[in-house]
Amino acid sequence: MSEPTTSPASQKLELSLWRRLSDHLASAFAVGTVIIVLVPLVAIFGYLVYKGFGSLNWAFLTQTPKPPGEVGGGMANAIAGSMLILTIGSLLGVPLGIGAGIYLAEFGRNRFGDLIRFISDVLNGVPSIVIGIVAYAIVVLRQKHFSALAGGVALAIMMVPTITRTTEEMLLLVPNALREAAYGLGVPRWRTTLSITLRTATSGIITGVMLAFARVAGETAPLLFTAFGNQYWNWRLDQPTAALPLQIFTYAISPYDDWHRQAWAGALVLIILIVTAVAAVRFVVRRGTLGGVA
Amino acid sequence: MGVGIQVEGLNAWYGKTQALHDINLTVQANHATALIGPSGCGKSTFIRCLNRMHETSPEARVEGKVKIGEFDAYQGTSATQLRRRIGMVFQKPNPFPTMSIYENVAAGLKLNGYRDKKHLDDIVERSLVSSALWDEVKDSIHKKSGASLSGGQQQRLCIARALAVEPEVLLMDEPCSALDPISTGKIEELIFELKAQYTIVIVTHNMQQAARVAEFTGFFLLGRMIEYDKTEKIFTNPSDKRTEDYITGRFG
Repeated sequence: MSEPTTSPASQKLELSLWRRLSDHLASAFAVGTVIIVLVPLVAIFGYLVYKGFGSLNWAFLTQTPKPPGEVGGGMANAIAGSMLILTIGSLLGVPLGIGAGIYLAEFGRNRFGDLIRFISDVLNGVPSIVIGIVAYAIVVLRQKHFSALAGGVALAIMMVPTITRTTEEMLLLVPNALREAAYGLGVPRWRTTLSITLRTATSGIITGVMLAFARVAGETAPLLFTAFGNQYWNWRLDQPTAALPLQIFTYAISPYDDWHRQAWAGALVLIILIVTAVAAVRFVVRRGTLGGVA
Repeated sequence: MGVGIQVEGLNAWYGKTQALHDINLTVQANHATALIGPSGCGKSTFIRCLNRMHETSPEARVEGKVKIGEFDAYQGTSATQLRRRIGMVFQKPNPFPTMSIYENVAAGLKLNGYRDKKHLDDIVERSLVSSALWDEVKDSIHKKSGASLSGGQQQRLCIARALAVEPEVLLMDEPCSALDPISTGKIEELIFELKAQYTIVIVTHNMQQAARVAEFTGFFLLGRMIEYDKTEKIFTNPSDKRTEDYITGRFG
């Protein structure tokens, strides 16, 4: 630093003024961007509540659709169908994605790993309608009819790349020191991966799983010719099944005002279902880990 | 009880770079042996060869003979089997962050399939007592995460974790380099007590520490062991000029 000038006090004040100003500017910028990001989210949810809440009633949640033109009925079978398809999709997609992620992070420092990474990223960019066609080809054509299983397979294929890559990223964030600590105790590598590395990365992996889940929960295109839709209840895996996005799609392009209103209500229910599922999983995971760790 | 270690003609590589050249060394059972030397001299690599941790590094390779007691480390055994007989404490405390204090100490046994709850409780308590941590944490071993402890406590937790599997040898790779002087003092006292039951090999950057805790000291330079003798001899009357230069602070 140079020697003191004539008025060090005022210079210091000036400096701190500028610093305070830039501090405020930076904070304002950060808050501003958050607001800009939140506006569409709040606007969408608000508009859905505004348009859909009026049609949301007991009948909507408990009854199946009425024939075209008749007023009333509900989407109960579609709500159940969505849950069924999402359960199948998650049961297939989550273990596959996590397994592939483990491979890439722990054993995939080679050419084959790079290939898998590349394929996974490409798969992530494949249009969902194409995924639907794939599920149609491998499940529907073989079974000779549309089914909940086919819908679940389509959604599972869509979930895998996201889960794979986030699992890999999260496992790579686990410090090598923890793996070495386990090896040092004579713990075999597979056990270290499952009980130490995977466990340490759990909360990050859950985030990836929930992102994938939330994304496919609203997918319509891959269900069009897999789950197909159904006017009635269905609990069987090998039968066509209603799903909320499909029902919303069908109702929204119909000429009936009552169906339009129900489509809005369906969209609202879908969002509530996703938010509830994500919140519930987060809650359970947080309860399962030690305070302040995850 | 601790066992002695015999090393004959040990060479180690990282890829094409040779990190250790023909190391021969006999470590006395139930004593502390310190390895000193400037950074990059191979002392950490050396102790990582003793429990075959070296081979977990990419492209790492080892040649030579290591005997832990009567047990050949590289022949007729797996690295995991070997490591159950050898505890290791690392430079930075590395407790498992998702586990409680109790689970951290029990980890070595539990992850190897040990399930006897009652016996586990005993072992956890005994290990924490041995590592001089019990009094500080006994009320919260199930509530607190291992990561919530202070740095010095974490390192003693890691020592307890290593002791819980009842090893014969304890390897310490600069166990105090991330700790404050008070925690360092505690660990050094601990090493003194642990010698009664374990053979200790400690890598250290701190020559005073080597002088304080170890009966024997080996000086490493550029991947070779220059001198190995009683600590007193190394620090008062070394037979090699390079050792003298190092301990008098002329380089390194």
